[in-house]
Amino acid sequence: MNFFNRLLTAATLGAGLATAGIAVPQSLAADQFIVVQSTTSTQNSGLLDAILPQFSETSGIEVRVVAVGTGQALKNAANGDGDVLLVHAKPAEEKFIADGNGVERFDVMYNDFVIVGPEADPAGIKGMNDAKAALTKIAESKASFASRGDDSGTHKKEKALWQMAGITPTDASGSWYRETGSGMGATLNVAAGMDAYTITDRATWLAFENKANLKVLTEGDDNLFNQYGVILVNPEKHPNVKTEAGQAFIDWLTGENGQKAIAAYKVGGEQLFFPNAQSSASN
Amino acid sequence: MQDFTGSFRLAGRLIAAADPALVEIVLLSIQVTLSALVVSALIGLPLGATLAISRFPGRHGLVILCNALMGLPPVVVGLLVYMMLSNAGPLGVLQLLYTPTAMVIAQTVLITPILIALTRQVIADLNHEYAETFHSLGVPAHTAIAALLWDGRFSLLTVLLAGFGRAIAEVGAVMIVGGNINHVTRVMTTAIALETSKGELALALALGLILLAIALGVNALTSMINAPDGKRSHVRSA
Repeated sequence: MNFFNRLLTAATLGAGLATAGIAVPQSLAADQFIVVQSTTSTQNSGLLDAILPQFSETSGIEVRVVAVGTGQALKNAANGDGDVLLVHAKPAEEKFIADGNGVERFDVMYNDFVIVGPEADPAGIKGMNDAKAALTKIAESKASFASRGDDSGTHKKEKALWQMAGITPTDASGSWYRETGSGMGATLNVAAGMDAYTITDRATWLAFENKANLKVLTEGDDNLFNQYGVILVNPEKHPNVKTEAGQAFIDWLTGENGQKAIAAYKVGGEQLFFPNAQSSASN
Repeated sequence: MQDFTGSFRLAGRLIAAADPALVEIVLLSIQVTLSALVVSALIGLPLGATLAISRFPGRHGLVILCNALMGLPPVVVGLLVYMMLSNAGPLGVLQLLYTPTAMVIAQTVLITPILIALTRQVIADLNHEYAETFHSLGVPAHTAIAALLWDGRFSLLTVLLAGFGRAIAEVGAVMIVGGNINHVTRVMTTAIALETSKGELALALALGLILLAIALGVNALTSMINAPDGKRSHVRSA
């Protein structure tokens, strides 16, 4: 075989694979699917992998999840790049609807945030149940704190807590206050690597496999409540939105079966999310 | 750290078990990157060669631009392609966002400048030897380009490998335009990023080792294509 033949064989092989690659989504597109813009916590904790197949089986609708920070999920959905939004930052979600980007917001489930930090606990916040006071102690002792710094739901919550404590941590950005600008898992990796404190949703924490020296130190404050909401992207603003399939997913998630599936999901025997939809979304 | 040896063992186990989820991810990675490579080669090789042998005003500027674009950060490419394909963007009607096709587009944009710039250099070097002959025989430009591309084929294979390596290894662009959707747009690099963010460091590293093995395999395959004529190319470069 000369060079040309060999190259031709390789090229044909490549082109074959290439066409196969492009053919895959087309065959899938024949079935119904929706794109859900969601947060890293729902994916990294394994919740969506556990419950989505149950919905797809009964409805025949495939759910494609794009898991990014809440800030980016809101932005993507506002661009019309998704049918449903499943995030955890209520004020931002309400603004999303007020801006005409979403139809209606429904509560889905909740859990809570916890403040984790090194076992040695240089700031001495172990066993506290007042998040504001714990953050104040961390700031006073100038112990390292890893912040998401990415405008995610967790970051919005963290900023609100600092504000309640009357502290502007960004003044110390680069010294004890470290803004990672990345997801929850990546930020936990940073905190584990430098023995820093950080705030995380409990679901991501429980499912996280690289805890190193980190321990939950402060929990149980009402201010650490973490509510998840679901919203259909407004089809009037974005005609490409699959209203029926998207609404079917929301109805399932906030209905009896979805709520049961959420409650049934456990990691290491612990329930990660607590369903609290008002009732089945009726429209 | 236990993670290193653990990762090697895990990588071995994953390959031995031919884990279906892993096979799916590996195949999609290769499909996407090969598609991008084919498109980039169709654009980059002729353009690079043209840039090497033709003389026109602004040519020098174009060469500098292509060389500079080799350093294009993948995340910027991802962002640009996202803004084009988004439903709020000019190409939103195509509904390509979060599909493998979007990933092919992003990788094509990323590696085409590399193929153009490196092809131009290879062909320009060759053209030093051939220019006078071409000129005296009055060979038309397109024939000269075809002849140069053919004679430079061994070096150009390496150029293609450079493009392949860059495309299959990048994560920033495919993460944004593909969305890392399970069973749809999850490739090796986005899977590695996901496992890292779950704190599954051993699994992430194991996937990295498999990615490395694929790159090795592709390079070995290329050198097999190249081998029987390898001597000739060596003589030429000497």
